[in-house]
Parts: sequence; structure tokens; C-alpha cells
Amino acid sequence: MILHIKYFGLLAEVTGCNEETLEFSKNSVSDVLSILFEKYPDLKEKDFQVAQNNEIVSKEMVISEGEIALLPPFSGG
Amino acid sequence: MSRYNRHIVLSEVGQKGQDKLSNSKVLVVGAGGLGCPVLQYLTAAGIGTIGIIDFDVVEESNLQRQILFGTSSLGENKALAAKNRLTDLNPTILIEAYPQKLTSGNALTLFKNYDIIVDGTDNFATRYLINDAAILVNKPVVYGAIYKFEGQVSVFNYQKGPSYRCLFPTPPKQGSVANCSDVGVLGVLPGIIGSMQANEVIKIILGFEDVLSGKLFCYNAKTIQTTMLKITRSTSEYDKVLASKDNFHDQNNEDFCLTQVSEISAEKALMKENIQFIDVREHNEQPQPDLPNCKQIPLGEIEEQLNEIEADDSKVIFCQSGIRSKTAVEILQKNNIVDCYSLKGGVLALIEQLKLK
Repeated sequence: MILHIKYFGLLAEVTGCNEETLEFSKNSVSDVLSILFEKYPDLKEKDFQVAQNNEIVSKEMVISEGEIALLPPFSGG
Repeated sequence: MSRYNRHIVLSEVGQKGQDKLSNSKVLVVGAGGLGCPVLQYLTAAGIGTIGIIDFDVVEESNLQRQILFGTSSLGENKALAAKNRLTDLNPTILIEAYPQKLTSGNALTLFKNYDIIVDGTDNFATRYLINDAAILVNKPVVYGAIYKFEGQVSVFNYQKGPSYRCLFPTPPKQGSVANCSDVGVLGVLPGIIGSMQANEVIKIILGFEDVLSGKLFCYNAKTIQTTMLKITRSTSEYDKVLASKDNFHDQNNEDFCLTQVSEISAEKALMKENIQFIDVREHNEQPQPDLPNCKQIPLGEIEEQLNEIEADDSKVIFCQSGIRSKTAVEILQKNNIVDCYSLKGGVLALIEQLKLK
């Protein structure tokens, strides 16, 4: 499964990119995250929500092809 | 009245719409980067009553983006300084300034007097407090938040739509999200995001259909990318807040976001009145700053010496660089000691600031 992943806010600093396309063999949100945590260990310490195809989803969701966004909360004002 | 002519000639607004604006009451929490543009546009638009709550004072480093203020306002309370400037912008409306902190003690009473709440704060504890109080008194919240070059906008608790907790149910871990003063922010960004918040306020009042509810608008000023994410209402998140109604007043702001440690800059700490400094370094650590009301309690001993801490004062905790002091604030908060701040940059920042005085 090929996913396009977008990183918002400080997550882009952790991963060093705003977006990337990656191939995954498993397809639940938590599986995808555990693979990303292996690639970017610092990501594990961050708080964020996951959106699939522009809709916030739970970590148990099964995802299909498309776009994933990792969205952290912003506190600044 | 010619003041609102450009609104009135819009068929979607008209005199009827302008009257709606004049009969509305909007409370803006935080007169900072976001609050300033919100206040400027809402004042100019002729919102009948505008409340401004902010306990903070105008600092020189604010002027890069908080363009409601000028050099002459430095050191003044932001709510009062904003009211001064806005009264000149539009003397026909009522502006109420509250130079105080929003707390669980005053939030419900204050929110009840307004139709719409604007979240322009700069910390998670207040964002969760605003969310919960707005749910309890059933008022919509126009939310904005920024990070460096990126911003988020949404409308929460509007016509059975989702709330901030439906988007981010759990307050973030301490230290996982930095604020503007630590990481910087592009000055024009809060101008863009705050203007969008003002726009949503006006749309709600005018009864427009496409209010930004159930959606989070994300904007990146550097890449000019925009993203709209759909958010779903979580009944259980609403129920949890509604169930907290009876003990709402007893909560400290930090309870809304248990992992939050408030930090304070040396500049601001030295401006505060009724303050106790607490040095949590070991007894032999240098340099020793010259401070009027300062107590030395090494971090390891703080829990045994809680009686040395003055309950009525604001407490500014410092160490060498600002790390141990955060742990100390967490310990104090656990022991129900409120109004504690960790000094950013530690004693070194403090000594720099003392030199400037």
C-alpha cells in the first residue's frame, strides 16, 4: 500500500520533510505509526492526531491508499 | 451612518446585518498575536460589545506582530492598552477590558455575558479551560492557534458541531510542544489567522451557512499550502465536560491540562508585584542574583519545605538554565500550590535582565 504522508508543525522538523510517499505492508493506522516511529524515533514522543484523506481518524482505523496527515496541536497565539 | 456604509451596501449584510453586528457581544480571550487583529476587525465592524481579557503586559518583543500596540504602550496591561487604541478606532461601541487571568472561577460568569468566545490564547491550559467553560454555558468558540509559519482555525461548539476536545482529546505532554517565545513566529502569520477568526465571528453573527464548524483549516505561510480536515463530534468528550459541571469552579487552570508548566520571562518576572523568587539550585551554585524576596530551597528539599513558600504571592522558580525549575513547578502544583512560574533561561537570563534595569 502506497501512502502519501504530510507532516504538520514541529513534526515536519522531526522528520525533516513536509511530506513524503512511502510503501507499507500493513494497513491500520497504528501499524503505519509503528513503522514511522522506527524510521523517526523522536516522533514517538510527540502528540498528534492522524487524518486520512482529510478526515481525522482513530488510531485503530484501517486505512487504504491515499493521503495521511499527522497533525500536532499548536499552542501559540 | 457612513461608518458602516461598505457593509450596508453588501446585499448579504445590509442594514439588517449591520444591526445584528451592533447587537452582538463577543469576548476575546488573549490580546496577543491573534487577539489583536481579531479585536481590530471586530471593533471596526461595529460589534456592539467587545470584551477583552488578558492579564499580561505589552513587551517590546510583542510589537513585531501585535500591531495594535505601539511603543507608548510598553509595560501597560494588554486589555487596557487595547481598549485605549480601539476606542479611537470606533468610539460608538462598548469595550470592556478585564486586566486579569481567565480562570475556572471567572470563566462561566464572564462567558454568560457574551454570544461568542474567541480563543486567542498562547497556552494549552487556557485553551482547554475555554473549551470546557464554553460547553458548560453553550457558547461557540472561534479558535485559532499558530506555530512558526503554520496556523489552525476552526469554530467549536457551534450548532452541535465538534469541540476542541473532539479534535485533541488529551492535553499534550509537557515539553512536547513549544510556544512562540521559545521557537519564534513569523509576524504576519497571527495577522492572517486572527483575521480569519474575525471573519468567522462575523459570519456566525450574520447567520451565514458556511461557518468553519466541523472542519479544521490549516495554513502554511511558507509553502502557501492550505488543508481542510474534517472533525467529527465526540459525544463522550462533551459528556465528560458536562459531568464536570459541579466541581468546575474548584479546578486550577493547570487541571485542564495537567502536564502544563507555566513559564515566565525574566523581563516579565521582574515587572510583577507581590512576588517570591525561589532558587532551587544547590547552596553553592553561582552566580547569586540580587533579588528582594528570594528563598533558596534546593530541588531535592522542596517537598519538605513547602511551608517556606508564600501562598499569597506569585512564585517565580528559577535554577541555572530553566530545567530543574520546571520540575519544581510540577512538584508545587502536585501539592496544590498555585500561581507558580518557571523562569525561562534560569538565573543567567535573570542576571542579564537585572543589568538592563
